[in-house]
Amino acid sequence: MGINLGTERKGRGFYQENHGDLEKGHDYLVALAGNPNTGKSTVFNALTGLRQHVGNWPGKTVARAEGSFTYMGKRYKLIDLPGTYSLLSTATDEEIARNFLLFGHPEVVVVVVDSTILERNLNLVLQVLEISNRVVICLNLVDEAARKGIKVDAEQLSLDLGVPVVPTVANVGKGLNDLAKAIAGVASGAIPTSPRHFALKAEIRKALDEVTPHVERVVGDLPNIRWITMRLLEGDARIRQTLENGELASLARLNQDVSVVATPTEAELKELFHRVQIAASRIREFFHDHIVSSIYADAEVIVSKAVSKAEGPKSDRDARIDRILTSRIVGFPIMIALLLGVFWITIEGANIPSRLLAEGLFWLEDQFTLLFRWFGAPGWLEGLLVHGTYRGLAWVVSVMLPPMAIFFPLFTLLEDVGYLPRVAFNIDRFFKWAGAHGKQTITMCMGFGCNAAGVVSCRSISSPRERLIAILTNNFVPCNGRWPTLILMAIVFMATAFPPAISSVMASFAMVTITLIGILATFIVSALLSRTLLRGEESFFALEMPSYRRPQVLRVLYTSLIDRTIKVLYRAIIWAAPAGAVTWILGNVYIGGETLMTHIAGFLSPIGLLIGLDGIILLAFIIALPANEIVIPIIIMGYTGASMMIELESMVELHVLFTAQGFTIITAISLMLFSVLHYPCATTTHTIWNETKSAKWTLLSNLIPLAVALLVCFVFTQSAHILGFF
Amino acid sequence: MKLRLSKDLECKTLAEVKVGQRARVVELLVEGLTRRRLLDLGLLPGTEVTAVMRSPLGTPMAYDIRGSMLALRPEDASKITVKPLRS
Repeated sequence: MGINLGTERKGRGFYQENHGDLEKGHDYLVALAGNPNTGKSTVFNALTGLRQHVGNWPGKTVARAEGSFTYMGKRYKLIDLPGTYSLLSTATDEEIARNFLLFGHPEVVVVVVDSTILERNLNLVLQVLEISNRVVICLNLVDEAARKGIKVDAEQLSLDLGVPVVPTVANVGKGLNDLAKAIAGVASGAIPTSPRHFALKAEIRKALDEVTPHVERVVGDLPNIRWITMRLLEGDARIRQTLENGELASLARLNQDVSVVATPTEAELKELFHRVQIAASRIREFFHDHIVSSIYADAEVIVSKAVSKAEGPKSDRDARIDRILTSRIVGFPIMIALLLGVFWITIEGANIPSRLLAEGLFWLEDQFTLLFRWFGAPGWLEGLLVHGTYRGLAWVVSVMLPPMAIFFPLFTLLEDVGYLPRVAFNIDRFFKWAGAHGKQTITMCMGFGCNAAGVVSCRSISSPRERLIAILTNNFVPCNGRWPTLILMAIVFMATAFPPAISSVMASFAMVTITLIGILATFIVSALLSRTLLRGEESFFALEMPSYRRPQVLRVLYTSLIDRTIKVLYRAIIWAAPAGAVTWILGNVYIGGETLMTHIAGFLSPIGLLIGLDGIILLAFIIALPANEIVIPIIIMGYTGASMMIELESMVELHVLFTAQGFTIITAISLMLFSVLHYPCATTTHTIWNETKSAKWTLLSNLIPLAVALLVCFVFTQSAHILGFF
Repeated sequence: MKLRLSKDLECKTLAEVKVGQRARVVELLVEGLTRRRLLDLGLLPGTEVTAVMRSPLGTPMAYDIRGSMLALRPEDASKITVKPLRS
């Protein structure tokens, strides 16, 4: 079938990788670990404030956030590890986390745990305690636990685990000073730790006792020798590799001041692996089961001592909300209504600020024009810079900024309260029908922000087949870059077709419909792929549905404004300027009495007309390949010839301009359909190449959507013609 | 009086457990990665599980597993045998 997902590994070890890009200037390195949904990133944000930046893990496309904070005159660098349930599996996220714990040399490891589900969180805690000596437990969400009648005795827990335990409510900042204090204490050694090592079943203990001395002889005396031996016994190829390339030995050298540990010789390794194999052959079959059940048995003991549950009625707020949001009768209507509401607020709210911005920016254009003329600048320079480049920029800012500044915070808010997992729960059956993985809902939701990010998030799907389906169809959910085009078309054509009282509602309906068409395309194309090119079984899928949480409005505003709005706007601006210039040149270079743009548009026009568009629109989609944000600005530049001084200050004027070019409601709908369904932008295509390393799948990721877009637009336009709407 | 085991209390798969019903995991009938995932999420032989709610489309089903809510598809849940418990 030829699925190649490019999972080749870098030859360099993690130790070098992680130290290569850590700038100096901090006193201690702190790693932040935890299960997903424990509020780990809230703790990270609360500790580091704005002193953070997001990069990638070396050689991986998994996001890596790092930040710093100062406490009592010392600087701490904080690395946010991927959220994982365990460190025992071979998933990329887990490998990154455990390799950093093992080879990244954090001085302190903070494990954030959800106090409402302590037992399951202890699975990770007990594993971390095997690897790292200096650990601090951040017992988060104690308020939520209290509401559910769960009381965790932090002191008892600390006694049992042998490391400090700090209760926190990170989203209101409670307990964070104590957390910093504990981190400082453990880092400096002022707070001694003696991490608990979970009790092992007899047969595993026996195998371990047998092999450990031999491992020790080869790699030296490491604090986590027991864990390394366990990994070897389970047959962990990656750990074996670190033995062979000397990484483990160099780690031991760092741990001991004397450099007595030489890189193991081949003979030594051969002997060791032989012993491991003998010991493992007796237990390997259910090794993992033994380890996990040992951990959970230990966790149960710890929980029984530290956790008390209040009798009586416990809060069933979550259950009540869930009963409504996942109800058979109103579950789906609520989903549609929320989507509708988000669009309606965006469209209503963006109106006035958009107009004000446009007025201001076009006033500025007039001033630039006057300035250029005052200097006596040549006409072509004025045209290229002011009416080409600047006007493109002004359009992008005034048209895109207000809707995005409203849409993204609203969307982030839904994410933040925990609604998205419920959406995934509600619609999972469609994915099942399409032969796709349940996590595809989450990758789709990422796609609403940015398809490139959506494609990267498909890494969380471990089955190559389902991952490819998710990658190839991610483009059908409209991204940041396409919302402005869709919203603008909805406002200009849908809204103006109806009386003002209901115009915004109708525009919102149009938005919901087009979004649903995109999602429908996702299901249909996924189903076709899984029945043809990518046949196979659906793999295991467990969806965690965390408790609902009060959204942190400030953080939502921050992340959605900075991470989403500003980034998208920035991308639009850096592409709009050159695209504006290109458009101006196309519109002002004459060949045989006609502009270059007229020539190209004329050439594209027959295809355009077949699918309800025109030559200029198709040209705009081609020029906008690097960034879909600028489709509408290019169309406007194309229509105005980029030389006329037209100030488009309101949607009504835009409507007049478009209508004058033969735009009808059919054109608007075709444009929306094409925008949602057409090939991904250059960045996304590049990301797909990076993720698949396959020319075939990268090509298909463009051809499939293009074919779908052409087909749908053609069928729509021709049916409209036949039915006489044109 | 003859003691008869109620039909509800016989061994069955997790997929057959109804909303509101409690059950104890007997065995995981899967191997490899899926087994590891289930174990990591705290689903081991002996673990108590409650079926909490059903998706509006019928599947998947959400279960309370050690205090956290996890949704499983019937295809996966049917690979876990359980013994229903009296609530």
